[in-house]
Amino acid sequence: MLRATLKSLLARKVRLVLSGLAVVLGVMFVAGSFVLTDTLSRSFDSIFSDVYSQTDVTVAGKAKVEIDELDGEPVPSNIPQSAITTVSALPGVAQARGVIAADGATMIGSNGKAVGSFGPPQLGENWMGENELTQLREGRGPTADDEIAVNVGLATAGKVKVGDQVGVLTLDAKQRMFTIVGTFGYSGDRDSLGGVNEVAFTEPVAQRLMLGEPGVFSSIDVRATDGTSPEALKQQVASALGADYTVRTGTEAAADDAQGLKSALGFFNNILLGFAGVALFVGIFLIINTFSIVVAQRTKELALLRAIGAGRRQVIGSVLTEAVIVGTIASVIGLGAGIGVGALLAFLASKFSGGLALAGLGVPPIAIIASFVVGLVVTVIAAVMPALRASRIPPIAAMADVATPDRPLTKITWIGGVLTAIALALLGVGLYADGGIMLVAGGVLLTFIGVALLTPVLSRPVVGLLGRIFSWSVPGKLGRLNSGRNPRRTAITAAALMVGIALVTGVGVIVSSAKTSIAGAVESVDAQLIIQGTQTGPRAPTFAPAVVDQAKAVPGVRDVVGVASDLATVDGEQQFVTSVTDAAPIPGIYGSTAVAGSISSQGPDQVIVNADAAKEHNWSVGSVLTVQLTRGAEHRYTVSGIAPTDKSIGEIMLPAAAMAEFTQPALSLGFVRLDEGTAVASVQPKIEALVADNPLVSVIDQDTFTQQQSGMLDQVLVMIQILLALAILIAVLGIINTLALSVMERTRELGLLRAIGLGRAATMRMITVEAVVISVFGALLGVVVGTGLGAAVVRALRDEGFTDLTLPWSTIVLYLGVAALVGVVAAILPSIRAARLNVLGAIAHE
Amino acid sequence: MEAAGRTVLVRPDHDLFTRGNQVTASDPVAARADDVWKVYGSGEAEVIALRGVSVTFQRGVFTAIMGPSGSGKSTLMHCLAGLDSVTRGEVHIGETRVTGLGDAGLTKLRRDKVGFIFQQFNLLPTLSAKENILLPLSIAGRKPDDAWFDTVIKTVALQDRLGHRPAQLSGGQQQRVACARALVARPEVIFADEPTGNLDSKSGADVLGFLRDSVKTYGQTIVMVTHDPVAASYADRVIFLADGAVVDELHSPTPDMVLDRMKKLDAPAEVTR
Repeated sequence: MLRATLKSLLARKVRLVLSGLAVVLGVMFVAGSFVLTDTLSRSFDSIFSDVYSQTDVTVAGKAKVEIDELDGEPVPSNIPQSAITTVSALPGVAQARGVIAADGATMIGSNGKAVGSFGPPQLGENWMGENELTQLREGRGPTADDEIAVNVGLATAGKVKVGDQVGVLTLDAKQRMFTIVGTFGYSGDRDSLGGVNEVAFTEPVAQRLMLGEPGVFSSIDVRATDGTSPEALKQQVASALGADYTVRTGTEAAADDAQGLKSALGFFNNILLGFAGVALFVGIFLIINTFSIVVAQRTKELALLRAIGAGRRQVIGSVLTEAVIVGTIASVIGLGAGIGVGALLAFLASKFSGGLALAGLGVPPIAIIASFVVGLVVTVIAAVMPALRASRIPPIAAMADVATPDRPLTKITWIGGVLTAIALALLGVGLYADGGIMLVAGGVLLTFIGVALLTPVLSRPVVGLLGRIFSWSVPGKLGRLNSGRNPRRTAITAAALMVGIALVTGVGVIVSSAKTSIAGAVESVDAQLIIQGTQTGPRAPTFAPAVVDQAKAVPGVRDVVGVASDLATVDGEQQFVTSVTDAAPIPGIYGSTAVAGSISSQGPDQVIVNADAAKEHNWSVGSVLTVQLTRGAEHRYTVSGIAPTDKSIGEIMLPAAAMAEFTQPALSLGFVRLDEGTAVASVQPKIEALVADNPLVSVIDQDTFTQQQSGMLDQVLVMIQILLALAILIAVLGIINTLALSVMERTRELGLLRAIGLGRAATMRMITVEAVVISVFGALLGVVVGTGLGAAVVRALRDEGFTDLTLPWSTIVLYLGVAALVGVVAAILPSIRAARLNVLGAIAHE
Repeated sequence: MEAAGRTVLVRPDHDLFTRGNQVTASDPVAARADDVWKVYGSGEAEVIALRGVSVTFQRGVFTAIMGPSGSGKSTLMHCLAGLDSVTRGEVHIGETRVTGLGDAGLTKLRRDKVGFIFQQFNLLPTLSAKENILLPLSIAGRKPDDAWFDTVIKTVALQDRLGHRPAQLSGGQQQRVACARALVARPEVIFADEPTGNLDSKSGADVLGFLRDSVKTYGQTIVMVTHDPVAASYADRVIFLADGAVVDELHSPTPDMVLDRMKKLDAPAEVTR
């Protein structure tokens, strides 16, 4: 039996290669993402163990605001000089040095533009001299207040050298000029540690600019005397300093710090795996189709096996064995390709992040296990239904030329209908009753399966209708009829394409609705100019609060409001808070009236919240909120007003004074309201001049602001389109597969058509029409399902600011166009094959 | 003319002109093979399917090609119809030289000058009977002649079956649709390859009768390959092939005469075995 299986497998290589390819692509994605994250996380490990290689014990102040890993880095409290004195005096301490290192030092390059970062921090620090890790490459360390040293990576990126005057932006968003007196690198001839940019000041300057107060440090670097273990020292330091400090050994700190990045990497990994999941889901359709067709073609052979005594189980076994073989081979190839893709992506990531030294390429066991499990499970699951069908072939089919009649579609239509209904219910609960993301994901998945099962019934009328477009020529008409010939096969091929198209369309609907909503929101604001930074790193660029006062003095300007934002602990919970320079102009700019209390003035101990936050936390005018900011002590604020949700600056708006205790005590957004009748163009240059010293910040009008916001959303959309292109590629393979099989099955028919005078070109046209009809049908389904899903999400998010539902018509038309093109491309090989058929051979074909 | 032995060249039979067919005297030849050789493979595996066959088919004549298995009768038909290329020699259909035509030329030839009826799988399952019949005309972009179409349909008695799909027709009906399709384009010559091979005797007789009528009444030229003496007896003329060469010929045959000849042909083959 196994022998027979192997023989028949070999006889149908091409078909199985095509279906195997779908598994290969999916497995490649899975293995690639594991290899990538493994390689990167080991690279991070090695960087942090380098960073802490000179440290036995490190002391940091406890962060005042706890921050979730994905929301950002917690900012530790500053450490006073007294703590260092305490630690220095402990027995077993050889040396205790105060370290200043904080994110947020941006150097302006020689071209006048800020040197950005795509993720690694931009550290501002105190120069602590050379050691085994840090080595001067040129010049010396800073000794005067206007001197800095920078790492070689930063100097290269900014095209600056020793002796140059450069501007540096720090915490307060003011540009200061420094002379570069030295450049430094790291052991192993590295120019940067994983792409981190470092600006080293003298200690007092670093304290003032990076920590905001003199005489404080961000951590203490402790060296043990010979014979004292880091663990023992850690205990001593911890008990000497008390509960306000976090004390860790160098090894622990390296592991902790690496862990933070690894969590972010894990999140990224999950996204990649999500897309791999979509690709494999689409692959299942392709495999089901291939195996179904293979079984249909093997009907006689399988019936013969039954007739000579093979049991039903043996027939099932035969088909499943085939699946296991295909799955295994595909997994091996996919794993190999995945390792390559993972290595390539890791290389790109290291280039992109400015020179992360990669640890050797590693293939973690999970990558291998996941590849085989996923590859095999997907293939075997997909082969189960065809195998069952194969086992129902009666032995008599071997003797008679039984044309297997198309089984009625009633049953699968019912199942499809029921599944779709369940899916809609899940989506409803998930989206409108806050049932959680898993319910929504499950609902989407089930929708696809349900609609896929309904597709055969839909295919008759829709394919017929679509085909009318092509019916003006004989080949077109034949192609249309062919595509309607096997509704199940057409349906499953089209459904595979549907999944990818539906997802991109759904995201497209959400994005376009978000864009219109943003545009609407921006237009409703009576602020003709907006001061805003172009984000180039993990933190939003800021500008000094003084700019607001200067802007107010510009003729033609009626009001200016500056907004700063941060994460804070409010009543024990992590919350997003804002602080505005002045609450008074806000009702005028937004055109808002208070829901309760007053929103047009705000005392130093008062907080204005929006209606949503008030409802959620049960706040009313007079409620008292306990707020802990990044710096300083806890404050108590009394709710003085409740603003309407869609016309408020954040959920919790603190008074202007709070800004000083934010992580970045500067503004990230400014609204400028002009006097009526004042030309925007006349004021814009004057405001621009005020922020001219900060190349990250610009003054833009409403249209530009909207475009910038939309641009970011468009980037997200493009990313998703690229990742889903894989799913669409697999669907294309499905179309090629289906067509190739159709051509093979209809060899005699093609021979007949050629015999009675159908030319080669016309034959190719016929196959192409069939492909285009199938792919456009799939895209149409995808567009309809995707629009429905997208619209449901937008409606559910109405309260979150999705005020408009906008359909991205041009992209939808584009997708349909692409689908038609996909059909044409998919038809190339099968149609060439059909056109090249030897007429005589085809007629004599058995 | 009987017992021509292994005559290579078969001369046209002139008394066929008197049968009242619509034959133009200017060019009475519908198809012609001149010294056609067909060799498959090379070296040890070389098989000579046709060895210098020369044969002429007059307009308005129903010719049957007979011969034992492997005699080359199907190969000859395929070469004549332009489905297969010849190794040597020349084939003409009407005034068109088939030998040397490229794919486009052959396609045009099949479209405009040749009709086919195969043993099985003759029709496109997706099209109705009427659409199948009109398919060659649609492919060629020609308008059907309504009167002629009605005549053909009446002859094959398919008036009430035109809307049916092939799957809804019996084997005999399907073959009559195939005949109608071949006829409706009024080709120079219709090639039929065992057209009754898959039919019961009643349906077979219907189809053969129809083919004969189309020759008698409308002057259609038909070349039919068969191994059934009864089928061959419907023809005006029977050509016998053996070992890739024309060995004999009969006019106005009866089944018994054909059977008799076939037996003679088989005999020497058995001796050599």
